[in-house]
Amino acid sequence: MNGQVGIVDRYLDLFDKNIGKIMDSSSPYINSLREPAYQTFRRMGIPDKKNENYKFADLALFFDFDYKTRLVPGKSDIEEAKNFQCGVADLETQGMILVNGYYPYADKLKQLPDGVWTGSFREASSQFGSLFEEHYGKYANTESDGLVHLNTAMATDGIFTYVPDGTVCEKPIQIVNIVQSDEDIFNQHRNLIVLGKNVQMTMIICDHTLSPRKFLTNAVTEVVVGENSIFNIIRVQNEHNYSGKITHTFINQEKNSFASSNNIILHGGLVWNNTYHYLVGEGAEAKSNGLYLIDKFQHVGNYVSIDHFVPNCTSNQLFKGVIDEMATGVFNGRIYVHPDAQKTAAFQRNNNILLTDDAKVFTKPHLEIYADDVKCSHGATVGQPDNDIMFYLRSRGIDQREAKLMLMFGFAHEVIQEIGVKALRERLDDLVMQRLRGELSRCANCVVKCY
Amino acid sequence: MILKINNLHAGIGEKTILKGINLEVRTGEVHAIMGPNGSGKSTLASVLAGRETVTVTEGEIFYNGKNLLEMSPEERSKEGLFLGFQYPIEIPGVSMVAFMKAAVNEHRKYRGLEPLSASDFLKLMREKKELVGIDSKLANRSVNEGFSGGEKKKNEIFQMAMLEPKLSILDETDSGLDIDALRIVANGVNKLKRPDSSSIVITHYQRLLDYIVPDIVHVLYDGRIVKTSGKELALELEEKGYNWIQKEVNQN
Amino acid sequence: MEDNQDKLLNEVTSGDYKYGFYTDIDSEQAPKGLNEDIIRLISSKKEEPEWLLEFRLNAFRYWRTQKMPGWANLKIPDINFQDIIYYSAPKQKSKSNGSDDIDPELKKTFDKLGIPLEEQKHLSGVAVDAVMDSVSVKTTFKETLAEVGVIFCSFSEAVKEYPDLVKRYLGSVVPYRDNYFAALNSAVFSDGSFCYIPKGVRCPMELSTYFRINAANTGQFERTLLVADEESYVSYLEGCTAPIRDENQLHAAIVEIVAEKNAEVKYSTVQNWYPGDKNGNGGIFNFVTKRGMCKGENSKISWTQVETGSAITWKYPSCVLKGDNSVGEFFSVAVTNNYQQADTGTKMIHLGKNTKSTVVSKGISAGHSQNSYRGLVRMSRNAAGARNFSQCDSLLLGDKCGAHTFPYIETDNKTAIVEHEATTSKIGEDQIFYCNQRGINTDDAIGLIVNGYAREIINKLPMEFAVEAQKLLQISLEGSVG
Repeated sequence: MNGQVGIVDRYLDLFDKNIGKIMDSSSPYINSLREPAYQTFRRMGIPDKKNENYKFADLALFFDFDYKTRLVPGKSDIEEAKNFQCGVADLETQGMILVNGYYPYADKLKQLPDGVWTGSFREASSQFGSLFEEHYGKYANTESDGLVHLNTAMATDGIFTYVPDGTVCEKPIQIVNIVQSDEDIFNQHRNLIVLGKNVQMTMIICDHTLSPRKFLTNAVTEVVVGENSIFNIIRVQNEHNYSGKITHTFINQEKNSFASSNNIILHGGLVWNNTYHYLVGEGAEAKSNGLYLIDKFQHVGNYVSIDHFVPNCTSNQLFKGVIDEMATGVFNGRIYVHPDAQKTAAFQRNNNILLTDDAKVFTKPHLEIYADDVKCSHGATVGQPDNDIMFYLRSRGIDQREAKLMLMFGFAHEVIQEIGVKALRERLDDLVMQRLRGELSRCANCVVKCY
Repeated sequence: MILKINNLHAGIGEKTILKGINLEVRTGEVHAIMGPNGSGKSTLASVLAGRETVTVTEGEIFYNGKNLLEMSPEERSKEGLFLGFQYPIEIPGVSMVAFMKAAVNEHRKYRGLEPLSASDFLKLMREKKELVGIDSKLANRSVNEGFSGGEKKKNEIFQMAMLEPKLSILDETDSGLDIDALRIVANGVNKLKRPDSSSIVITHYQRLLDYIVPDIVHVLYDGRIVKTSGKELALELEEKGYNWIQKEVNQN
Repeated sequence: MEDNQDKLLNEVTSGDYKYGFYTDIDSEQAPKGLNEDIIRLISSKKEEPEWLLEFRLNAFRYWRTQKMPGWANLKIPDINFQDIIYYSAPKQKSKSNGSDDIDPELKKTFDKLGIPLEEQKHLSGVAVDAVMDSVSVKTTFKETLAEVGVIFCSFSEAVKEYPDLVKRYLGSVVPYRDNYFAALNSAVFSDGSFCYIPKGVRCPMELSTYFRINAANTGQFERTLLVADEESYVSYLEGCTAPIRDENQLHAAIVEIVAEKNAEVKYSTVQNWYPGDKNGNGGIFNFVTKRGMCKGENSKISWTQVETGSAITWKYPSCVLKGDNSVGEFFSVAVTNNYQQADTGTKMIHLGKNTKSTVVSKGISAGHSQNSYRGLVRMSRNAAGARNFSQCDSLLLGDKCGAHTFPYIETDNKTAIVEHEATTSKIGEDQIFYCNQRGINTDDAIGLIVNGYAREIINKLPMEFAVEAQKLLQISLEGSVG
């Protein structure tokens, strides 16, 4: 067995203890994938530092702990979670929450006025059986990450969204993931998002923790973007420092589709986002962007993998980090151009600013290219704001501190400006500015007093 | 007869651009091919030099009596056909000296001559640089890398001087040139003219023809040569533009 | 007669690898296999002191506990380490006691390789240590160098003549526990070059080592140790070739460099081990650990490599920048064609303040080959004001090959600046066409363009090597674009 021996047993035990309940609450198709996934997880284990995707992650800090697991949260936890108010003013969305990965509404599945189906993953797996058989588990099937298989083995609920052909969603769909419990818990949820042809949809996912316990979440999201469709996913992560969050997002892109994934990490003990774009139809375009503004002992990583399977696709990665105090930031970006994926254009950039001597950054932008007619490039920098620009600003009468702030804001804004939802974009700009100025106490919106 | 084109049809991908070109160039003649943008001038130059992106669908071309379409681009060059590119490409890291030396010696080998020694080659470079009046610093740089538009064009004429072609095709050599650069290019072309060499000057504007006097002027329009006349035609085009030609064609 | 044979051999194999001949010379060989007895045998052949035998045995015991590393982007067939001869010394017929004359057969071999071993034949002042299989055959200009105090000799000789220096520096930069192949080499290394430049001396000529694998079924495990004392300078070159054979041969070398305060070392390699034939049969497995330690302030180590040979290359010439203001450089051209695989790059470990490193890597892949750049830049906590710039470009010729880039950047100091850039593109059809139009055929055009692409690196080589390297690039890629 590979991976972190010993720790893995905790999770095999959790599976063994709960498998009865898990099977009872899921559709036969989903259950049919559990045993093979369990075996794969058993073989691969919890990734350790020998796993290139997690080379700089210290997962043991969060995984080597005795968590409880609950398929359905307690009533009071659900009530508490439902009281949560999104802090972004004027953000008009089609909102819903997940509490510890559980879909808490009585109306398990509903059709919105524009024809979009949305609701509980568990419910949908029976009602939309054929969609599930077509897509579920097809993309979240990587050979390099045992945690994806752990999710497939055990997850029972999450969000399901189906956007029929030709639908243009006016409002973004917003999912607020809330973790709330009086116990230290391990959550796994699973989302399946299916977009038909000629669809436009934006999804916002916000991660929050409401109670001061130790949490670990392992979430998998599979997205299918049909021909000529446009899809944006924006993830804003704001959890407390005792919370660990591992996400895996698989976006399968068909012909002439566009998909962007945006990971904005504002807070969290351990945050590790694994984002995969599979370009399987010609003319598809992928953008993957990320920003991490971190401090304390936070440990944050982005693994991004873009697979160019077919010719004439384009991809862009842009990740930026400002790392303060004793925090660690990691970027691990991969472009894989498969044989015959000619006329590929793929670009990748990672820039980091370290603010203290105790801050650390690890970056590994890599290219694997098996076709010749390609234009690929990557760049990575670690450093401080450019001296020449600093001097220019100062020679126009701007003092050093302000000039530095201006440059750092500009640095972060380059990622935020890619976000298409105006209200959210403005709010994030605002948060970043306050944060950089030190005006925002780090946990202003947080009910948890971590330190 | 150095060049004879019969009923040439050619295009790029699905698009037909040349729709039956007929042209004869005799030794010693200077021909000008004029025409509005998109008429097929550069495509014709590409076909003559053998660019593979252009597909010939019909017709034939004889160059010095040989079937030109069967020859590789380098063979055409060694046979004395020279194309002055409209957009000369940059080749980073390859010095002009290394580049030209390889070219000149390939030409010599083709003619059964020994390669030039380094010193003879440099002497030749110097002579030709003076002849066409290009800055000697250009020759020390990588091919066209960081050259201005004018420098790139002058560099084309310099290469032409080095290779002493029998038929030179200058594709929009005047575009992007100020009047001084234009004069240098034109003077170079005139100085390089020999009784046994011919030229085809492709241009949109008449102004180059103030300096290079053509024997025959052709107007290319929509993939066909629609008018052929003496040098006075160029002046007429300058005065009246291309519209009257278009009208004339459309009437027929 | 022999020349004709060689010609024929060349023609029937690839015709492209010029150095594929074999010298028929008796050699004294250890039996196949690897165990403590073999190590004791090598050590006793070389009449080594006890401490060195201990070093070898410790390395061997460590090696036995290790597994072949699997992290490189390489498909490495299983190597049967018991099927290799670890010691093979050509027998020199006429070598009389005390005389420097070498066997005419050996002399002929090196002449053919373009490495004349008579000092008067040298056009320019290059001192050569010629190593064939497991032993150093001849070191030239030893006396001239000795006049200025430079020690340049075979490793075996150094162990006897300068045991203190060897003991002090051996394994100080590459400890035997460093990696699998370093451990293997430390156990069985046979010969190589030793060089010491004393304080304040600027070495008056280029030093070089020429490595030749000749005997079949042998591995070559040489070890080079180069020490530049304070305020000294040396430029060092290394070349390698091997006969054409159907089976793979193993080469696992170690190069250790120490640069003291204000010292500068330039280390250049033209690696042209037999790459295997067009179908990927045969060729050298080249697993090399090269590392330099910039130990003193303001010291500088510069690696330049042109890699065209070997079936598999696994090699990361590195710099540990320990002294404040020290400088590390890595300039590399790696060409792979046919079924060659290369995973090569560098590590720049910044420990001292205001240390600087530059990495320029140019990969060229053709045929069915796979070419990877793998590099690490580490800015440690005390490396205040450190700078790195890396530029890694890949050029693809043909659609069956691969070009990969794996840079690792680890920064633990806020004032350090790291910049990494990389591009991958195919050879420009427009550029080839442009050359064609000027009468240059496609093979030559590729040669020209590739040489232009690699010029920045080639220019870093000493002149004699630069010319050789240019030719090599062209030959390695002949017929690569149909």
